[in-house]
Amino acid sequence: MAGNIEVEENDRVPLRLRPEWSDVTPIPQDDGPSPVVPINYSEEFSEVMDYFRAVYFAKELSSRALSLTAEAIGLNAGNYTVWHFRRLLLEALKLDLHVEREFVERVASGNSKNYQIWHHRRWVAEKLGPEARNSELEFTKKILSVDAKHYHAWSHRQWVLQNLGGWEDELNYCSELLAEDIFNNSAWNQRYFVITRSPLLGGLKAMRESEVLYTVEAIISYPENESSWRYLRGLFKDESLLYVNDAQVSSVCLKVLKTKSNYLFALSTLLDLICLGYQPNEDFRDAIEALRTSDFDKQDSDIAITICSILEQVDPIRVNYWVWRKSRLPQAA
Amino acid sequence: MEPSPSPAAETPSPTVSQRDQWTVESQVFHIYQLFANIPPNAQSIMLELLRDKHTEYLSKGLRHLSSTFSVLDANRPWLCYWIIHSFALLGEFIDDDLEDDTVDFLNRCQDPNGGYAGGPGQMPHLATTYAAVNTLITLGGEKSLASINRDKLYGFMRRMKQPNGGFRMHDAGEIDVRACYTAISVASVLNILDNELIRNVGDFILSCQTYEGGIAGEPGSEAHGGYTFCGLATMILIGEVNRLDLPRLLDWAVFRQGKECGFQGRTNKLVDGCYSFWQGGAVALLQRLHSIIDEQMAEALQFVAISDVPKEKESLDGTSNHATSRARHEGMSASCSSDVKSIGYNFINQWRASEPLFHSIALQQYILLCTQEQDGGLRDKPGKRRDHYHSCYCLSGLSLCQYSWSKRPHSPPLPKVVMGPYSNLLEPIHPLFNVVLDRYREAHEFFAQL
Repeated sequence: MAGNIEVEENDRVPLRLRPEWSDVTPIPQDDGPSPVVPINYSEEFSEVMDYFRAVYFAKELSSRALSLTAEAIGLNAGNYTVWHFRRLLLEALKLDLHVEREFVERVASGNSKNYQIWHHRRWVAEKLGPEARNSELEFTKKILSVDAKHYHAWSHRQWVLQNLGGWEDELNYCSELLAEDIFNNSAWNQRYFVITRSPLLGGLKAMRESEVLYTVEAIISYPENESSWRYLRGLFKDESLLYVNDAQVSSVCLKVLKTKSNYLFALSTLLDLICLGYQPNEDFRDAIEALRTSDFDKQDSDIAITICSILEQVDPIRVNYWVWRKSRLPQAA
Repeated sequence: MEPSPSPAAETPSPTVSQRDQWTVESQVFHIYQLFANIPPNAQSIMLELLRDKHTEYLSKGLRHLSSTFSVLDANRPWLCYWIIHSFALLGEFIDDDLEDDTVDFLNRCQDPNGGYAGGPGQMPHLATTYAAVNTLITLGGEKSLASINRDKLYGFMRRMKQPNGGFRMHDAGEIDVRACYTAISVASVLNILDNELIRNVGDFILSCQTYEGGIAGEPGSEAHGGYTFCGLATMILIGEVNRLDLPRLLDWAVFRQGKECGFQGRTNKLVDGCYSFWQGGAVALLQRLHSIIDEQMAEALQFVAISDVPKEKESLDGTSNHATSRARHEGMSASCSSDVKSIGYNFINQWRASEPLFHSIALQQYILLCTQEQDGGLRDKPGKRRDHYHSCYCLSGLSLCQYSWSKRPHSPPLPKVVMGPYSNLLEPIHPLFNVVLDRYREAHEFFAQL
C-alpha cells in the first residue's frame, strides 16, 4: 500500500526538475529564525509556494505563472494572494473565462466553504456578463442540492439574480426547496429576497397578501417552525400598523394557541402584537387562560403579564428574556 | 398558484433539518443525562475546565503545526490570535522568548504599505490585520505595541474603503460586514478612527439587517451570528447603534440559544460552540443598550398609536414615526463624531443593567460538558474535532458568561454564577474587541498618547 502511494506522489515532477522553470530562483518564505505557528509544509507545498513567490514578486505575467497558481490553489484554496494574482494573469493573458469557470468548479468540488472561491467565481461571472447567468444559477443549484443552507452559494446566487437576471423561476425554486424542507431558513430568506427585490413581482406590497396566505399555511402545518413565524413578521417590516391590524396574523396565533401544543411562537407573536398596541379579544383571553398552569401564585388581570409568565415556564432557556420583556410592557390601558 | 407547503394530511417523514437537529439533540442530551445521574463530586469533576490540557494543546500549536494546517497558511495571524488570546483568557503567561518570536513573526506579516497579511510575503488583509493587532495588544508592552505601523495601517484602511460605506477585505477583495468590523475595531483600538473611515459604514451595516432581526454578511443574505456580532459591534463603535432595530435584533439573538443550551448561528441550524461568543457576545453588548432599546420599543408603540388616533397625539412629538426618528439619530451621530474615539473605552465603564438576557448557566453547561476534549482543546459540538478557532471562541464565550452578572467590568463574579469549581473563572474581556480587559486598557493608554 505505502509503496503505491509513493509511486503516485512521485508522478509529480518537482518544479526544480522542470526545464521550463530552470531560469527561476525560488524564494523561500521569510519566516524568521524562530517562527511561531510554523506549519510543517510538505516538500511539494514549500516548493510550489517558493516558486510562486518568485513569479509574484517579479510580477511575471506568463502562462507558466498561471499554471503555477493552479497548483498553489490545489494545495491551499484559501490563499487569497494566489487567487488575486491569478486574476491579474487571466486579464493580462486575455484568457477564455469559460475555461476558468471549469477550474473554479473543480476546486469547489473539493471544499466549497471558503471566501476566495466565491469571490473569484463572482469576478469571472461579472466579466462574462449575462451569458453566464444560467451556468451560475445551475452551479449554485448543484451545490445547494447537497447543502441547502450553503451561505456562500446563496450569496452568489443573489448576486447573479441582481446583476445578471434570471428571476423568472426563483420563487418556484424557493417553493420547491421549502416543500422538501420547510425548516430550511435559507430558503425562506431567499423567498424574502425574491418577493422584495424581483423586478417581476412588484415588490413586498404587491406580494404581501398571497405570501401571508402561504406562510399561514406553513405555520399551521408546523407551528414549531421559527422560520415561518419570522417570515410572517418580515412581511410587515416597517408596517407595524398593518401587522397589528391584519386579521390573518391574529387568527393564526389564536388557532395555534387553541391547540395547546407547539404554541411558543404563537405566544411570542401575540406578545409582540400587544406591545405594538393590539387589543386581544375574549377568544384570546380564554385561550391564554387555558394555558395558565395552576402554580401561578397570582391571578393577573393583565394578559401581557400572563403571557410572559407562561413563556417563562414553557421556554426556560429564555427565562431571563421573558422576565425582562415583562418588565418592559407598555402600561395597560 | 404556488404549490403549498407540506400537506398535514399524512404524517410527513422528517426533513433534513429535523433529522440533523434530532441527531445532535440526542447526542447532547445523552451527555446531560449522564451528568445528571452521577454523584455531586463526580459532577464537579465533569464540570471542570481542563486548564492544563487546554494550555498544553494550545502551546503545542504555537510551536508546531502539522502539514494538515497548510490550508490555514493564509491565516497565520489568526492562529496567533486564537492561541494567545486563549492563553490570556486562561491567565497563562507566555515567556519572553515566545513573546519576542510572536512580535517578530507578525512583523514579517506586516506590509511595508500598511496592514498585516496572512503570512510573510502575502497581501495585507483586513481580517488578518485584526488578528495581528489583537494578538499584539494581548501580548502588551512597548515593543509589541510600538511594532504596529499605525500611519501606514491607516493608509491601508483608506485604500480598502468603498463609496457604499463598506470595506474590501484586501485589494480587489470582497466587501462584507466582517471587513467593516475588522477595520473599525482596529482603528478604534489604535486610536486612528476618524470621519473618513466611518463615512457611510452605518448605511452599509443597516442595509444588512434582515427581516429576521439579525445581520447578514451582505444586503439580502441570511441573518447570521458572526455577522450579527460584527455589525452590532461596528455600529456601537461608530456611535450609530440606535439606527439598528435593536428590539428585533435582541429577539432574534436570544432565540438562537436552544434546548441544547448552546447557540446556533442561524435559525434552524445546528448548535456550535463558537457562537457562544458571536451570539452570546451580541446579547452581552445589547445588555448595555437597555435605554436605547426602551426608547425604540416606546417609539414603535407610539407610532402605531399615533397612526391610529392621529388627532390626539400627533402634537406631542412630531418625530415619532420611524423614518423621522432615524433621521434624528443620524443627525445626532454626526455631531457626536468627535467623541467617537472614546466610545470603545467608555462602553465598558458604563453601568450595566441587571442580568444577562441569555441563559448564562445553560451556556456554560454546554461549553463545559459538550465542547471540551479530554485531551485538551475545545470544539464545535460532540462528535467534532477540536481546533484553535473553536478553543478561542468557546473560551471567550465562557468568560462572557462568567461576568455577565457583574455590574462593573472588573468586579469578581459570585461563585453561584460561575458554573463548576470557582477555579473555572477566566479573565474578563472587552466585549467589543474580544481582547482581555486589562490588556485592552494598557493598549488604550498607550495609543491615547500617540
